[in-house]
Amino acid sequence: MSNITQSLYNIRLLDELGEKKTVIHQIHPLAKVLTTGVYLVVTVSFGRYELSGLIPLLFYPIIVIALAEIPVITMAKRVLLVSPLIIGIGVFNPILNQDPMIVLPWIIISSGWVSFLSLLVKGVLTALAALLLISTTGITKIALALRMMRVPKVFILQFLLTYRYISVLVEEVGRIIRAYSLRSPREKGIRFSNWGSLTGQLLIRTLDRAQRVYYSMRCRGFKGEYNVGREVGIQFRDILYLGGWSVYFLIIRYFNISELIGSLMIGVGK
Amino acid sequence: MSHHKIEVNSLKYQYTDGRQALNGVNFLITHGESVGIVGANGAGKSTLLMHLVGILFPNEGEVNVGDVPVTKKTLPVIRQSVGMVFQNPDDQLFMPTVFDDVAFGPRNYQLPEEEVEKRVHEALDTVGVLHLKSRPPYKLSGGEKRAVAIATVLAMKPDVLVMDEPTAALDPKSRRRLITLLQGFTHTKIITSHDMDMVFELCERTIVLKDGKVSADGPTLEVLSNRELMEDCSLEVPLTLQACPVCGRNNI
Repeated sequence: MSNITQSLYNIRLLDELGEKKTVIHQIHPLAKVLTTGVYLVVTVSFGRYELSGLIPLLFYPIIVIALAEIPVITMAKRVLLVSPLIIGIGVFNPILNQDPMIVLPWIIISSGWVSFLSLLVKGVLTALAALLLISTTGITKIALALRMMRVPKVFILQFLLTYRYISVLVEEVGRIIRAYSLRSPREKGIRFSNWGSLTGQLLIRTLDRAQRVYYSMRCRGFKGEYNVGREVGIQFRDILYLGGWSVYFLIIRYFNISELIGSLMIGVGK
Repeated sequence: MSHHKIEVNSLKYQYTDGRQALNGVNFLITHGESVGIVGANGAGKSTLLMHLVGILFPNEGEVNVGDVPVTKKTLPVIRQSVGMVFQNPDDQLFMPTVFDDVAFGPRNYQLPEEEVEKRVHEALDTVGVLHLKSRPPYKLSGGEKRAVAIATVLAMKPDVLVMDEPTAALDPKSRRRLITLLQGFTHTKIITSHDMDMVFELCERTIVLKDGKVSADGPTLEVLSNRELMEDCSLEVPLTLQACPVCGRNNI
């Protein structure tokens, strides 16, 4: 039960982080959404054996985390949540693909391991970029940016309401589990035979609650348009932020900086 | 034309499960009146309130706000003039901050952002919680949530305030603060409650509902002190009107 309640606080924590007033938070949401988009495209465009090329991409999340004062451990925990999925996808690579790729004096690394690691790094980086976007911008401002990008209103509304609905759902789950566990002291979980009725209850209760929330929105003049307030214009610094990062990402994409630095070091060493 | 008048004529409503919640309700509430609506659980209080703001529409009969009938077409006008505070403030507060929540209504009416900010400040100031404006609503106490929920409605500058059990789940101090706050409002007020003492203090007129019908409608003192009527409607005479349990003396 505490896990459920805890996860609710976790969802809301991202919202709270989005309300900070750091340099990164003050960048226009549109610039941040586009920067994240470019970052995601560049990250996933790397080939599956181009592990070294991915390393300079780490600078983006590191710099954003530092400037936006985002707690590192909090972010790390959230990224860990998606890692089982990535591991699940890539876990057979090292077994199925055992051709030697990197031969060092003491170890031979197969191409399967390299592709698995690059998949893992890509997964972590993309998840991190998405989380950083939410925690430096906030959901409502992301919606504002999407609207400026001419995304149809109905999709934005779906996006915002789904996000809000998650907390309604989790709250109800918390209540049901609490009521259940208080009257079944010797059980560790929920008995299989009760799953059906509890899920049914959950559906009905959340629908009821969502209906009441919707009523209260309608009572305050909600007509399907989610107004997120003052639309701040795009300033020079926002263009600079988007341009700067985009150029950096493209340079990383076309030049393997890790290799260049490596050969430079070796050259100096010689 | 005054939006402050609310007229309910022969209102009938049946839920889809066949339950007849309202069975011919009639009343007229005029400008500036403060009216308590009381009744047992299931008497139809909440259903009635939902008709006043057009969440539900009657099967028979009509509801008029001012001279405007409550229909799907007139909803924007109705909802600007009748503000409803829900029973559970959690249903009403869903934005990331208190400010955004109070601004939600005015923004929906496409008011300029300066006006929105002015209204949010005024509303939060009126209910005494301006200091909470940057806080996330789910972190507030019950009393604070209730105050913010009222502010969300006040920011729309309604003529009529409709409240569903405003003192439910409030501690005595928060309850007292709320009563004092509501006493200061000049709006037409319609309040449903099981808190008979609050109704006694706040409302000069009381309507008693029983089985979806108006069982009594008159001056609060007269209605609430009628022991027979109260018992018949599964209610109780307010404690203020009951004899002192220690000395047996009656206040009235």
